Amino acid sequence: MATVFSKPEALTDAPLHYCPGCTHGIIHRLVAEAIDELGVRGRTIGVASVGCSVFTYNYFNCDMVQAAHGRAPAVATGVKRSDPNNIVFTYQGDGDLAAIGTAETVHSAARGENITVIFVNNAIYGMTGGQMAPTTLPGQVTQTSPYGRDVNTVGYPVKVCEMLSKVDGATYLERVAVNNVKNVRAAKAAIKKAFQNQIEGKGFSLIEVLSTCPTNWGMTPDKALGWLEENMIPYYPLGVYKDKYAESEVK
Amino acid sequence: MSDKVLMKGNEALAEAAIMAGCRHYFGYPITPQTEVAAYMSKRMPKINGVFLQAESEIAAINMVIGVASTGKRVMTSSSSPGISLKSEGISYLAGCDLPALIVNVQRGGPGLGGIQPSQADYFHATRGAGHGDFHLLVLAPASVQEMVNLTFKAFDLAEKYRMPAMILSDGTMGQMMEPVSLDAGEIHEYDKSWALTGTKCERKPNIINSLCLQPEELERLNVERYERYKIVERDEVMYEEYMMDDADVCIVAFGVAARVSQNAIDKARAAGIKVGMIRPITLWPFPKKVLLDTADRVKAFISVELSMGQLIEDIELATRCKKPVLLCSRVGGMIPSTDNVLDKIKEADKIGGAN
Amino acid sequence: MTNQILIAGFGGQGILFAGKFLAYEGLLEDKEVSWLPSYGPEMRGGTANCSVILSDTKVGSPIVSEPDILIAMNLPSLDKYENDTVAGGKIFVDSSLISKKVARTDVDAYYIPATAMASDNNLTGLANMIMLGYLIKKTGIIPFENIDRALAKVVPARKQDLLGLNKTALELGYNYEG
Repeated sequence: MATVFSKPEALTDAPLHYCPGCTHGIIHRLVAEAIDELGVRGRTIGVASVGCSVFTYNYFNCDMVQAAHGRAPAVATGVKRSDPNNIVFTYQGDGDLAAIGTAETVHSAARGENITVIFVNNAIYGMTGGQMAPTTLPGQVTQTSPYGRDVNTVGYPVKVCEMLSKVDGATYLERVAVNNVKNVRAAKAAIKKAFQNQIEGKGFSLIEVLSTCPTNWGMTPDKALGWLEENMIPYYPLGVYKDKYAESEVK
Repeated sequence: MSDKVLMKGNEALAEAAIMAGCRHYFGYPITPQTEVAAYMSKRMPKINGVFLQAESEIAAINMVIGVASTGKRVMTSSSSPGISLKSEGISYLAGCDLPALIVNVQRGGPGLGGIQPSQADYFHATRGAGHGDFHLLVLAPASVQEMVNLTFKAFDLAEKYRMPAMILSDGTMGQMMEPVSLDAGEIHEYDKSWALTGTKCERKPNIINSLCLQPEELERLNVERYERYKIVERDEVMYEEYMMDDADVCIVAFGVAARVSQNAIDKARAAGIKVGMIRPITLWPFPKKVLLDTADRVKAFISVELSMGQLIEDIELATRCKKPVLLCSRVGGMIPSTDNVLDKIKEADKIGGAN
Repeated sequence: MTNQILIAGFGGQGILFAGKFLAYEGLLEDKEVSWLPSYGPEMRGGTANCSVILSDTKVGSPIVSEPDILIAMNLPSLDKYENDTVAGGKIFVDSSLISKKVARTDVDAYYIPATAMASDNNLTGLANMIMLGYLIKKTGIIPFENIDRALAKVVPARKQDLLGLNKTALELGYNYEG
């Protein structure tokens, strides 16, 4: 019997622990497919972060190291510099990458580290139970912004792709979403490009993936997908924010 | 004529690390250890090594974790305030059972403190280098030659026991020049099957991790680690005795404090006072046994330290308070003078007879 | 035999370099040696000093707090360290920068206008080595014949053209009749 759909080699058989309807599973699969299709699993080393995705070291079928909160790009820098032949990626959430690890994010981009960063933005701290994230939208209610995020007291969300697009060292920055089939396909292409860039030695690539958190948003999975479409995408527009090589080709 | 060269402690340490096979250095500028980074920035590019000035101490120690995960020799260096920042990463190194070298060229604290020599990070190094139950190998050089030898030793022990090692130095050891021989011995090979080298699609993935949410399992991991620590405490204690054969009073001191104490002992001996010194070279594992044995034959101990009374606690614990332990200390970047120590020796010598 | 030497002056006078030269001389004579600088922001235009110990036995503390040889290259240094010098010790004073005389009567004081001699002989910046030449003459702590070897060690490879000037300065001090 012909197999028409199977699990990527780059995923283990461990059952994912994510909540029902969470889109982490989709993003895991997209990363694994990219690794498989590029044929680099045997030399890929992943860096897990702190947050809901902390257990990715159990899910990706490659060597993995678990980093302290926010430090994944620094750990990835070490892994990559140890052997530039390694294909190194980090998988980080918004609290990890855009709050406690902002310095590591900005400076690994500024150095043009030849790594791939998968940045999952779901506008909330999921693992700890739904607190305000650096990417929580203005007015959004969370456990620690019970009256809605008040930009006058806690400031504005951090737009990571926009911010990094001003960093000379960054090579490729794209924001994608995984809320419908069309966007998932675009996300896949972006993630694969981010790995391809690394294989070609082009430098720092970061893919920001808008993702849902039905549990902590207090919504059904379906409503969460809609909320992402209606609220997150207008604030965090999808698209390529920087493509250093395309720019030079265009000229 | 000797084949030795004159080198600054910090530079000798850096060269020793390179000779020990370290090809990755990550750091951040801070006085008084900057020579280590400067030396590495000159040397590493010439030997296909990596020198990277990180955006912070925190990033530097995490880059160390990255290289350590791949099984290669790696180091960072800093001074006291920077070491505080590295503490998180040091705990992760211990929790991940990763070998690495951290050098602390201590300065006065707390807070931003000063930039002159200090030993006030003794507690941090031997007890609290980060959260959780763990130990660091802590080696305390008292000469430029030991900056070399102990750097070699630190890399070796770190790999042998899969744990982070710290060279606990101070501004004096880092800045001074002494003749040094750079021949530090052979490099041992240890099992690195745990390292992240890519599976080549031929083996199961290796995972470097310190997270463990099952209490029973996490307890087991801690207990196992402490079984390893017991072996370290049994086999790896290093110390040096100076004029202890007939001593009535025993000074305990490390690093620059031991050097000053040596002068004071020479002066006291000239005045007929029987005083000697036990100089811990490993601060962890601490030379407990020799101190306990010594407690039966001296009338008092003196802790000479550049801190407000940190080393003294280990002396009291090791000797089970069998004999009085006097404190001779200067802090804030000050170093006890020979006469400070001599006065304390005279005070100790007045304590009623031995045994 | 142990010599505890303290060299003190302004940052920029070559205090540390002079100390290094002495330490290397000691090393080449198979002595135990140590060299310890003051360090930190105070080095930038402030006072600088350096401890050098040359000994036949293992060096204990590298810190010279009671020098038997003091080289004072500015007034604050003489004021600060004169009283620390051991009885019977020797104090060398750059008399072109310090007009005051050594007050102690239990030490030997030597005066040499090193800075003036340096500028008179187109050796600006080498008053330190003139002082050392004079010191070697008056103390004999190292043989003068061997200065070339130590100079070759301490003068960086890219500045070998300065070797001759350093040697001239040392000789000028050595031959000074005070």
